[in-house]
Amino acid sequence: MIEKALAGNNRYWTWMVFLLSIMGIGAICYTQQFAYGLGYTGMSRDVSWGLYISQFTFLVGVAAGGLMVVLPYYLHNFKAFGRVTILGEFMAIAAVAMCLLFILADLGQPMRALNVILHPTPNSMLFWDMIVLNGYLFLNVLVGWVVLHSEFKGVHYPAWVKPFIYLSIPWAISIHTVTAFLYCGLPGRHFWLTAILAPRFLASAFASGPSLLLLIALIIKRVSKFDVGNEAIQKLITIIGYAAIINFFFIGLEFFVAYYSNIPGHKHTLDYLFWGIDGFDNLVPFMRLSVILQIVSVAILLIPATRNNEKTVMLGCGLLFLGLWIDKGLGLVLGGFVPNPLEYITEYYPSLGEIAITLGVWATGFFILTILYKIAVSVKLESES
Amino acid sequence: MNVKRRDFLKIAGVSAIAGIGIPSALNMLLKGEAKATAEAEHQAAPAAHGGGHEAASTAVQLGMVINVKKFGEIKGLAEKCIEACHTTHNVPEFNNPKDAVKWVWIEDFEHLFTQQNRFAEHNALPFLTLCNHCANPPCVRACPTQATFKAPNGNVIMDYHRCIGCRFCMAACPYGARSFNWRDPREKDAGGNLKFIKKLNLDYPTRMRGVVEKCNFCAERVDKNLPPACVEACGDTKALIFGNLNDSNSEIAQVLKTTFTSQRKQELGTKPSLFYII
Amino acid sequence: MYDGGKIITGLIIFIVFMTFPIWYNHGNAGNIPKPEKPQGVTQCVKDTAYMRSSHMVLINEWRDEVIRTGNRTKVTVQGKEYDKSLMLGCMKCHINKKKFCDECHLYTSVNPYCWDCHFLPKETI
Repeated sequence: MIEKALAGNNRYWTWMVFLLSIMGIGAICYTQQFAYGLGYTGMSRDVSWGLYISQFTFLVGVAAGGLMVVLPYYLHNFKAFGRVTILGEFMAIAAVAMCLLFILADLGQPMRALNVILHPTPNSMLFWDMIVLNGYLFLNVLVGWVVLHSEFKGVHYPAWVKPFIYLSIPWAISIHTVTAFLYCGLPGRHFWLTAILAPRFLASAFASGPSLLLLIALIIKRVSKFDVGNEAIQKLITIIGYAAIINFFFIGLEFFVAYYSNIPGHKHTLDYLFWGIDGFDNLVPFMRLSVILQIVSVAILLIPATRNNEKTVMLGCGLLFLGLWIDKGLGLVLGGFVPNPLEYITEYYPSLGEIAITLGVWATGFFILTILYKIAVSVKLESES
Repeated sequence: MNVKRRDFLKIAGVSAIAGIGIPSALNMLLKGEAKATAEAEHQAAPAAHGGGHEAASTAVQLGMVINVKKFGEIKGLAEKCIEACHTTHNVPEFNNPKDAVKWVWIEDFEHLFTQQNRFAEHNALPFLTLCNHCANPPCVRACPTQATFKAPNGNVIMDYHRCIGCRFCMAACPYGARSFNWRDPREKDAGGNLKFIKKLNLDYPTRMRGVVEKCNFCAERVDKNLPPACVEACGDTKALIFGNLNDSNSEIAQVLKTTFTSQRKQELGTKPSLFYII
Repeated sequence: MYDGGKIITGLIIFIVFMTFPIWYNHGNAGNIPKPEKPQGVTQCVKDTAYMRSSHMVLINEWRDEVIRTGNRTKVTVQGKEYDKSLMLGCMKCHINKKKFCDECHLYTSVNPYCWDCHFLPKETI
């Protein structure tokens, strides 16, 4: 089946070479970081997690978002998702791979990463995150591959894979819940210390994951004969729209609690993110843009005229994905460190090398994704013709 | 017996996974259990720690009283403490706040006690601050490798050999007491001299890049019945009083019984072991 | 077997490559390391055979005892006391890292990171 990834037109190979070159630049920058230490990045004593961990957090959501196609298809036998489900599972694989790479890139002593297994520590949420992420990767590789391979052979997938499919559903919830627990269990970081963080993570995941999925599905439709079907597209739009609204509602709740209670600790980070504190405001334009993007994209995805036009749907998905990326892939993690526990404000600017490494990991993810989608699309088209 | 190759491989595979997985899983569970009980012993909080909601513990919990008034009276004493600590432990001095490594340092009142009222006179005082060696430390809870842990004497210390540099402990610490080695602290200049460590103590190691470090309450000295370096630097001034909080006969317990003291962010339930006389 | 010829040729090439260092050196193991023992000292904390094979295990055990349990009781062997410490124990007798540690570590291509943090005796820094 893997040979399907080795046959493609010029556009396919150009895209792959493009991704490989970005991966190469990222790898070169990583060797520099490895040699110098994490001071290579813009992180500091006060903002001790930066782009790497924020991308990781966002991508766990993208991975968990695959659930929104797996669940209706396998649990409710929603046949229209027959073609899009495999795309969801494969997207989860690429996203989790990126997550693991981002964690590795963020470690001060990457050679000792296996200490997490050598000295297992159940009271650390990072230990559980390691388990659920690797477990989710395993489940998606197994289920995605076995189901696709059965289709390749022209048979129904074997019965033994069913339990793994059912297991992957709660498992998807668990990866993002545990990732939220990394943050919301820390005393003294008021912005993260909120019981609504896990549900908020899930809501944004169920919007960002499927919106990327839909965007890619529509691109695939343009570059190949593979069409996921109008019913699937409309269903996905509904899911994305409502998940985005729920996420937006949750953000609103945070605002209410902070500003109505008027407790300084609860307000500080929101102040910093949306208005700036004492002239420190490097995230303000991003956060405001995020709000606008979310409102505009949800409108696009709900208004009949635009939701029935593929071009505007693609635009809506792209804008929403960007908006949610800013919200969670920038503001949530970086904002949580401002102000620091001593109420000093240190702003974070990623270094160029750090950005290159980040792009390199994203390129790696898209590289994996392209290979997997190439295989999936080829097999699907072949088996259906 | 007629076993197909396919079936044989299946059985072999499953038993191999079971053989590898089950013992280690069991092992882990047992270890986790042993650890939980060990922790319960240490975590029992002393009455001094938080209004006496819990029964006083007999376990050792070292702590420190910082008499800020004394530090205000004796000029330069706080700096002397920092100097003593940083030379004892080869704490590097980087010339920018981004890479900063701090074990003990001077803060002002409003940044230490973020939620409290202050008087103008507070601002003139040098507030020495360091790791709180909490009885219930969030950093220890967060560490995925037990590289930071609670020692039997209550100190929260680091095993630098084990730290993977994930910095989860830095996010978890509500006191900003932890520093990361963003770069090699032993970097040398062209002349072969250390750039960031001015006075070297050859009896104590440095750290390497990529690990988190912080005040260790002088574990290496306390285990040999010596006072911490900063306490020693204070001489007879009693500006710093160090001892076992849970021993009612100790000097520190006596001081805490008779003097009003403040702890930082007590409401978080971390049970910090630093007490300030302001 | 499909493509038997190709597979077997591939395997042979692989084995030739993997065993390259052995046959290239004609089975000669090179200069056997001779770590220089400290002068005027006749014994270590354990016998030579144990120290040769497992000194790293002992050092790890010492480290865990010292750091994790605060047990810094000295090790007494035949009336002589030793600190459970690399810098303050081992290197007090084995003062020459180059002629002792490095001799074998270089030969076996082992790179322990001890000296990233710890100091050599009288190291000129």
